[in-house]
Amino acid sequence: MSDEERRGRDEDGAAAADTIEEPEDRAAGGLGEPPVEAGFEAPRRGGALRSLVVPLLAFITALAIGGLVMIFTNNEALAAWSSFFRNPLRALEISGRIVLEAYQALFTGSLGSPVEYVQAFASGDAARIEAAFRPLSETIVAATPLIFAGLSVALGFRAGLFNIGAEGQMNAGAITAAFVGFTVTGLPMIVHLPLAILAGFVGGALWGAIPGVLKARTGAHEVITTIMLNFIALRTLDFLLKTPAFQRPGRSDPISQAVLPSAEIPGIPGTSLRLHLGIVLALLAAWGVWWLLFRTTKGFEFRAVGSNPNAARYAGMSVAMAYVAAMGLAGALAGLGGASQVLGLQKFLVPGFASGIGFTAIALALLGKAHPLGVVAASLLFGMLQAGAISMQAATRAPVDIIVVIQALIIVFIAAPALVRAIYRIKVGREVGADVFTKGWSG
Amino acid sequence: MKLELRGITKRFPGVLANDAIDLDVSGGEIHALLGENGAGKTTLMNVLYGLYHADEGEVLIDGTPVSFESPRDAIAAGIGMVHQHFMLIPVFTVTENVMLGVEETSVAGLLDRREARRRVEEISSRYGLEVDPDALVEDLSVGAQQRVEIVKALYRDAEILILDEPTAVLTPQETRELFGVMGSLQESGKGIIFITHKLKEVLAIADRITVLRRGRVVGSTTPEEADEAALASMMVGRDVRLEVEKGPAEPQAPVLEVEDLTVLDDRGQAAVNGISLEVRAGEVLGVAGVQGNGQTELVEAITGLRAVDAGRVLIKGEDLTRASPRHVFAAGVGHIPEDRIRDGLVADFSIADNLVLNQYYLPPLARGWVRDDEAVLRTAEQRKEAYDIRTPSVLAPVSTLSGGNQQKVIVARELSREIALLVASQPTRGLDVGSMAYIHEQVISARDGGTAVLLVSSELDEVLSVSDRVAVMYRGRIVGMVDPATIGREEIGLMMAGANAEQVEGS
Repeated sequence: MSDEERRGRDEDGAAAADTIEEPEDRAAGGLGEPPVEAGFEAPRRGGALRSLVVPLLAFITALAIGGLVMIFTNNEALAAWSSFFRNPLRALEISGRIVLEAYQALFTGSLGSPVEYVQAFASGDAARIEAAFRPLSETIVAATPLIFAGLSVALGFRAGLFNIGAEGQMNAGAITAAFVGFTVTGLPMIVHLPLAILAGFVGGALWGAIPGVLKARTGAHEVITTIMLNFIALRTLDFLLKTPAFQRPGRSDPISQAVLPSAEIPGIPGTSLRLHLGIVLALLAAWGVWWLLFRTTKGFEFRAVGSNPNAARYAGMSVAMAYVAAMGLAGALAGLGGASQVLGLQKFLVPGFASGIGFTAIALALLGKAHPLGVVAASLLFGMLQAGAISMQAATRAPVDIIVVIQALIIVFIAAPALVRAIYRIKVGREVGADVFTKGWSG
Repeated sequence: MKLELRGITKRFPGVLANDAIDLDVSGGEIHALLGENGAGKTTLMNVLYGLYHADEGEVLIDGTPVSFESPRDAIAAGIGMVHQHFMLIPVFTVTENVMLGVEETSVAGLLDRREARRRVEEISSRYGLEVDPDALVEDLSVGAQQRVEIVKALYRDAEILILDEPTAVLTPQETRELFGVMGSLQESGKGIIFITHKLKEVLAIADRITVLRRGRVVGSTTPEEADEAALASMMVGRDVRLEVEKGPAEPQAPVLEVEDLTVLDDRGQAAVNGISLEVRAGEVLGVAGVQGNGQTELVEAITGLRAVDAGRVLIKGEDLTRASPRHVFAAGVGHIPEDRIRDGLVADFSIADNLVLNQYYLPPLARGWVRDDEAVLRTAEQRKEAYDIRTPSVLAPVSTLSGGNQQKVIVARELSREIALLVASQPTRGLDVGSMAYIHEQVISARDGGTAVLLVSSELDEVLSVSDRVAVMYRGRIVGMVDPATIGREEIGLMMAGANAEQVEGS
């Protein structure tokens, strides 16, 4: 037992005497309001607001530091700063302008410009309205796979599993979904599309269940096995794209046949916007995960196993089954994401279509505190940053990499909430947060 | 050397763990710090050892105020601490463990094990601390590991030793040996702060006694002036009955039958070695023994948590030798696990969820796959009332409860359904006297209601006062079945140390 734990116990013990003998002392002694959190009632009002404080401040701090990076990587600004003592105002003005322009471009590039929305609707010109909505569409398009992958990791976290394999599972789901999408012919859309989506679900589930089975049977750590399965999935995709069953006829590069229109996830008809109904599927999946976790007995088991596998076992739950089921479902969620990408966005398979998403997904699950709603919010934020980055670069020559820096900084601040609290001198009580999920690699 | 603590106050969020505590100890003196769990003893010692910062108050050595930023400073000032849980590296030898952090080095900067070994031997012979400097710590008994910890402190030239609940893990015989060592330390001018909640020990060895209750010093006395009853009432603030009130047992048909049970521990050694026992409806069978003699494995095997190597477990005549924990649960077995934090509760979950942790999937708590939150809440409220769980809300995390109330959650969960057998393992460990009495009452009333009870405890007083029959376990075997009403403490202590019943009677 570590010192920390022992201290914790001692405190509990000290509290013991208080509560038992004079419960009315609690109020007077200033035990504070009892934190009505925990797993029983899923989302909680006051707690939800308070739990937004740290992510919000993390975001703001990350933007501020990102701004500093921009200033110090901009030649014009550096030149102005080198002559700071001759003309201090100029240095400040240029720096301010650079950062402001860049972030303005970032936000209008991801959410659209309010002025443009108003004018577009006023003009009544369909093409112009479409153009006004393009940034928002791009944000949602970017966020959609992130939601699936983030949910996959979050579900794993809840069951005490560190799923590093969302990328591989997404590949697996995309392969099965695309295969059903272009080989099964003659079906109406109402059958074919759900079938292809289901194929993605199953493909991801099987791929995800492998590490679950390995863990349950042999104790192999899922961090290792999911990483390895990522490589296998990626290379399998590479290989399949060179086989006649997948490769587009007449092509020598690795690209699959196109998904049949009857298996495509519909977009917005009559526009060139890339937005498709995959986002609806993603939101349904998020709701499904929430329902599963907080309303069903299986979810209760997942959370109990994730929080204290010993107690879960003592209470008669099968920890092994929970691991297999949770990994399978996590894989299925990522697989759905693969299906959504391949059926809704690309309409065919190419290698590396989900490159790096597995790691972003870990960040999203942490940022969203492994709560489906939090994951959706975090994914929209990251989708925004990704979509806006391109317009930012176009408008201000601020490099796209700044966005990666900002994303990384957000994660740093989220993973170390103590840092944010120290910077802003927030006094918070004990918080059940990212720390619960980031520890436990040894488990 | 004289060590003084003056007006030490330490607050944790919502808890005043230490409230203006004064304490002093001089060389050649044994000062007992007595208090229930949670009285603030360990917090105070952690302040002294530099692990915590006091909010108020000061520490003086020979009249000079000192400030400890970390245990390193405390050690440098001549304070040594033997923790309740040993801080040893199992795969290192005794010498290596002792020298760790203050390694002797030769001219070339290499470890000088020989010199370290020589000093270990010197300390060991000087104070009667029998240890083999070359033995691996993992091969040592608990008592020997404790001696290594003491050697470790002395190796660092400790003048004042803090012993935190040193006897909790020892047999009566080992305790006596420890007291011998403490005596020789005292003679050679070392000061000792002896933390404990065991009254008899305090009276046997201390020069002075300070009693803590709820973070405050409630009194100081000496063994000459005080007796057990006086100390107990100081500790808990009221007169307590150490006896458990119960009528004679009315045993009926056997509920649990264990036949020639052999169970392996995690290392593949036979922890339970051919045990047979029987518990009848309406009786409490106590299992006494020093921790780590196979009791844990026995309980785990009965409850389906550990694979059985050989033998049979029957419950109400049904063979449940290789049944899953859920199957055993369904057969009507309630289980109070020995470590409530580790095995009994999900700390992040609400009290309500913990109250139904093993029944969550059964109607009316769930319909098919879907949980019925209303029903869970209703059930939780009922159990909270019935078992007097003190909390403003059953939706609060169970981790906000005191130890006693946490244990009530488990007891409520296990006893509020029809059960044939209750397996209670260390059910009152770490609880205050009030909660302890409550849990004992519940166990007895379950017995009177016709439940068979298997009570495993390393607290001899508990086993003797609650049980109707007592089995003594030693190294995986039952070395004797005794009547708690007639057996003497000394006799049972010898049995716990391995002498079997016949030998005891013959001696």
